[in-house]
Amino acid sequence: MTILDATPALAGHWTPVCSYTDLLPEQGAAVLVGDRQVAVFRTFDGALYALGNLDPFSGAYVMSRGIVGTRNGEPTVASPMHKQVFSLVTGVCADGSGVAVPTYPIRVTDGTVEVSVV
Amino acid sequence: MKDRKRMRLVVVGHGPTAHRLIETLAGRGFDGTVTVFGEEPRPAYDRVALTSYLSGKSVEDLTYPVPDGVTLRTGVRVTAIDRANRTVTTDAGDSEPYDVLVLATGSAPFVPPVPGRDLPGCFVYRTIDDLDAIRDASRDARAGVVIGGGLLGLEAADALRGLGLDTHVIEMSGWLMPRQVDEGGGSVLRGHIEGLGLTIHTGAGVRSIEAGPDGRVTSLVKPDGEAIDAQVVVFSAGIRPRDELARACGLEVGERGGIVVDAGMRTSDEHIYAIGECALAGGMVYGLVGPCNTQAEVAAERILDGPAAFTGADMSTKLKLLGVDVAQFGAMSGALDVTYMDPVGGVYKRLFISDDAKTLLGGICVGDAAPYNALRPFVGKPLPGAPSDLLFAGAGKASVDLPDDAQVCSCNNVTKGKICAAIADKGLTDVQGIKDCTRAGTTCGSCVPMLKQILVKSGVDVGKALCEHFTHSRAELFDIVNVRGITTFSQLIAEHGTGRGCDICKPAVASILASLGRGHILDGEQAALQDTNDQFLANIQKNGTYSVVPRIPGGEITPDKLIVIGEVARDFGLYTKITGAQRIDLLGARVEQLPAIWRRLVDAGFESGHAYGKALRTVKSCVGSTWCRYGVQDSVGLAIALELRYRGLRSPHKLKSAVSGCARECAEARSKDFGIIATEQGWNLYVGGNGGFTPRHADLLASDLSTDDLVRTIDRFLMFYIRTADRLQRTAAWLENLDGGLDYLREVIMEDSLGICAELDAQMERHVSTYVDEWRATIEDPDKLRRFVSFVNAPGVPDPSISFETERDQIKPMPISLEVTRR
Ligand code: SRM
Ligand SMILES: Cc1cc2nc3c(=O)[nH]c(=O)nc-3n(C[C@H](O)[C@H](O)[C@H](O)COP(=O)(O)OP(=O)(O)OC[C@H]3O[C@@H](n4cnc5c(N)ncnc54)[C@H](O)[C@@H]3O)c2cc1C
Ligand code: SF4
Ligand code: FES
Repeated sequence: MTILDATPALAGHWTPVCSYTDLLPEQGAAVLVGDRQVAVFRTFDGALYALGNLDPFSGAYVMSRGIVGTRNGEPTVASPMHKQVFSLVTGVCADGSGVAVPTYPIRVTDGTVEVSVV
Repeated sequence: MKDRKRMRLVVVGHGPTAHRLIETLAGRGFDGTVTVFGEEPRPAYDRVALTSYLSGKSVEDLTYPVPDGVTLRTGVRVTAIDRANRTVTTDAGDSEPYDVLVLATGSAPFVPPVPGRDLPGCFVYRTIDDLDAIRDASRDARAGVVIGGGLLGLEAADALRGLGLDTHVIEMSGWLMPRQVDEGGGSVLRGHIEGLGLTIHTGAGVRSIEAGPDGRVTSLVKPDGEAIDAQVVVFSAGIRPRDELARACGLEVGERGGIVVDAGMRTSDEHIYAIGECALAGGMVYGLVGPCNTQAEVAAERILDGPAAFTGADMSTKLKLLGVDVAQFGAMSGALDVTYMDPVGGVYKRLFISDDAKTLLGGICVGDAAPYNALRPFVGKPLPGAPSDLLFAGAGKASVDLPDDAQVCSCNNVTKGKICAAIADKGLTDVQGIKDCTRAGTTCGSCVPMLKQILVKSGVDVGKALCEHFTHSRAELFDIVNVRGITTFSQLIAEHGTGRGCDICKPAVASILASLGRGHILDGEQAALQDTNDQFLANIQKNGTYSVVPRIPGGEITPDKLIVIGEVARDFGLYTKITGAQRIDLLGARVEQLPAIWRRLVDAGFESGHAYGKALRTVKSCVGSTWCRYGVQDSVGLAIALELRYRGLRSPHKLKSAVSGCARECAEARSKDFGIIATEQGWNLYVGGNGGFTPRHADLLASDLSTDDLVRTIDRFLMFYIRTADRLQRTAAWLENLDGGLDYLREVIMEDSLGICAELDAQMERHVSTYVDEWRATIEDPDKLRRFVSFVNAPGVPDPSISFETERDQIKPMPISLEVTRR
């Protein structure tokens, strides 16, 4: 399952958050890492992504509840509040405003999903 | 050459024009320092949309983003310019050096010197602070007067009316909006505005404004001695450029005000530019955002050593004012003219033409602005058709052959040529793309219909494709799913689409699958298609909590059930409110609370009210013949039966209905997608009504139907709509776009002209017989329940970001503060 390991670890501090099977295809889920809220997503092809759960436009912690899809092939999530679309890869909003949500490294080790949020 | 690295740019004023300047510079990689002083206590906002602040827009909604790297000092006024030392001083007591200074100080409302103009209760209408003050003063006021019947004055008058004041408008000239319309147009406009309940005084002035014993305004006296009751007075008698700083430091200003600039927007001092409403360019002060934006862009380019020039601007205007279209383009007179006037219908159109009857010079429209879009680009050009035909040129006709240099978006000065080039070069396929690439359509939005047409003309198929993943329309996808028996999104997109879908096509396909009875909306893969509201079977609120609306068919409810709702709300600490559709909303539930709330409600005999779904919402009813002395049929009984029949039916958009027990229509059935009004002989069925954004009265489809015939007709109406409508197209818009209209609809569903009625009937029968309550099905399925946690790794922990304060003895979300990161 190399694709699951695609994201390089940054500082190497990984926190286990849930089991891979807790995540449903093309859906997100929120996890709490310390006091940080992270939205983790499993896309159709099985890849994982992690973004900040805060929707920067509305100020609500809801990104994990957005619709997952693609835009020109790039995996995306649309904020459930006002539908701005963000890249799952870069966290950048596709509306051209330059607004972005943080992205975090994520990987699977022995069926356990881990994120790194240093 | 200038050393741009170290250029210190200082901007005075932070209004829309200053915003456009710094945004343009940022976009072009300006690498000097930028310091902006704004006298208002907040960053620049969309002044054009100012009035929407009174109808619910927040300051944040209106505020422009500040580009990175700009030092913005709000609440600081520049008090002097020292040209010799190149510094500005501020009322904060400091000074700031500049290499280049840009004055974007805008203008101030002109307040004529009438006695009493400084009394408490007198206002101008220019800033958010002004509107706050007007709103406060209106709370204890009965009546208001606006002095000035121009564009801004009428907008202010509508605002006062919206604040509940009995409103008068005083206009010096003989008719309203003298800068945009002639006398004939003015009189038609007046008819519209009086129809809204405003009182208009034209050819009138002000002798004095009088105060009551409390020192506040109580009335306004006209020169003829008539006193008008008013506790709020708004001056809107024109604007004056704010050139005071420029005057004081000896820059050249115009005789009637305005800072004189050259074509590069430079003042008489080569280090100082002036842009926007404070500038006098080519002898004109421009009071519209379009030209101000162009000036800002010219100045930005000059600052970057480019060659741009401002050579004047089209002052054409098109607006919707108090619900009336008003438009003016080109000249307001000409050797020849053609006029159409319909005082009863409230329409006035006049075109001005050269003496050889060959060239279009300009036009005025009131009540129907279609000729504006179609004809404005032809000003100064040969007439594109017979003058009398042109008066009726709809958006669709004459605009088709626009010349390339025709300006399509006047707010952003974008020509048809530029748009076509962008479409071709960048392969644009939708209006959003045009907006992103050219800015056209991003300000007032009135050119958006033209952008669509240009896309179509350029060979782009806009009307149909649902999104980038499907080239089909919703109706085509419905047929594909129906005929091929497709049961999942994955199958549909693999066989008929590209990519993995998005927030547009996924919910649309989910709705089609649900309409065709292909399983619970949260079954398997289907769950991933749903919008958050459908995912959680509840409505998301601004702080990420949800609201719960149990079904109360027909609005009828027993005392015991009312008590249960009260108890559930109390036990879960929810906010309760009676909705606009005869039921009760429980707000503020966190996701992990939803199943427990439903459990209590379901146990007491409630079910989901589908307030979250594109589905049947409610069938409202009046009390009807059981109690009402006028009622001729049992409206409550019918409403309950219909609500139970169609509950859970997924559709392209939400569906609403109502039943009234007699023609007095207390249930407002004619504002519904399907409305029923009782007659002595049976029921009248109305379809295609809408409240909301564009209200529309429903049309009578059939009269005096028996209950059986009524239900069959509604079944078919709904199924035919579900099959053929576009995504998010309510029945009102669907019916208006249906070729053949109401007659065709009657033929299809009452005379079976397409031979599909048996299938429509069967589809509805399947819906009715397979209906299950979505809440119950969810609480009974552990798999579906897994999702109802705030955090998968901490199922017991509530979202710590959600908190409430108390207002009027109930909870209310704590205000959210925002931090935005840009890349
Ligand atoms: C709760 C309620 C307001 C209230 O407290 O009274 C309400 C609340 C919302 N309405 Fe409404 N509407 C409510 C009655 C209405 C009515 C009155 C009625 O139904 O009799 C109308 C005008 C009638 C009509 O629809 O034709 C109405 C016209 C709208 C519209 C405009 C629809 C249109 O065609 O222009 C929207 C926007 C949309 O659907 O796209 C909307 C959308 C919404 C949304 C979903 C906005 C949103 O996305 O958050 C609100 C969330 C509902 C929620 O529970 O959080 N709401 N809304 C009412 C719920 C009624 C119910 O019991 O189900
Ligand atoms: C209610 C309303 C509706 C409108 N509707 C339309 C419309 O539909 N279409 C249209 O084209 N136009 C419309 N306009 C006009 C449009 O808003 C103006 O053309 C536009 O705001 C001009 O922008 P500006 O930045 O040049 O000036 P302004 O918006 O006036 O901004 C200038 C800013 O500079 C500040 N300032 C001034 N002096 C100083 C100083 N010495 N130090 C620091 N700061 C200073 C002011 O406080 C102000 O915030 C409308 C205006 C109003 C009020
Ligand atoms: S619509 Fe007619 S029957 Fe119903 S409450 Fe009103 S007056 Fe009575
Ligand atoms: S004309 Fe106003 S946005 Fe285009």
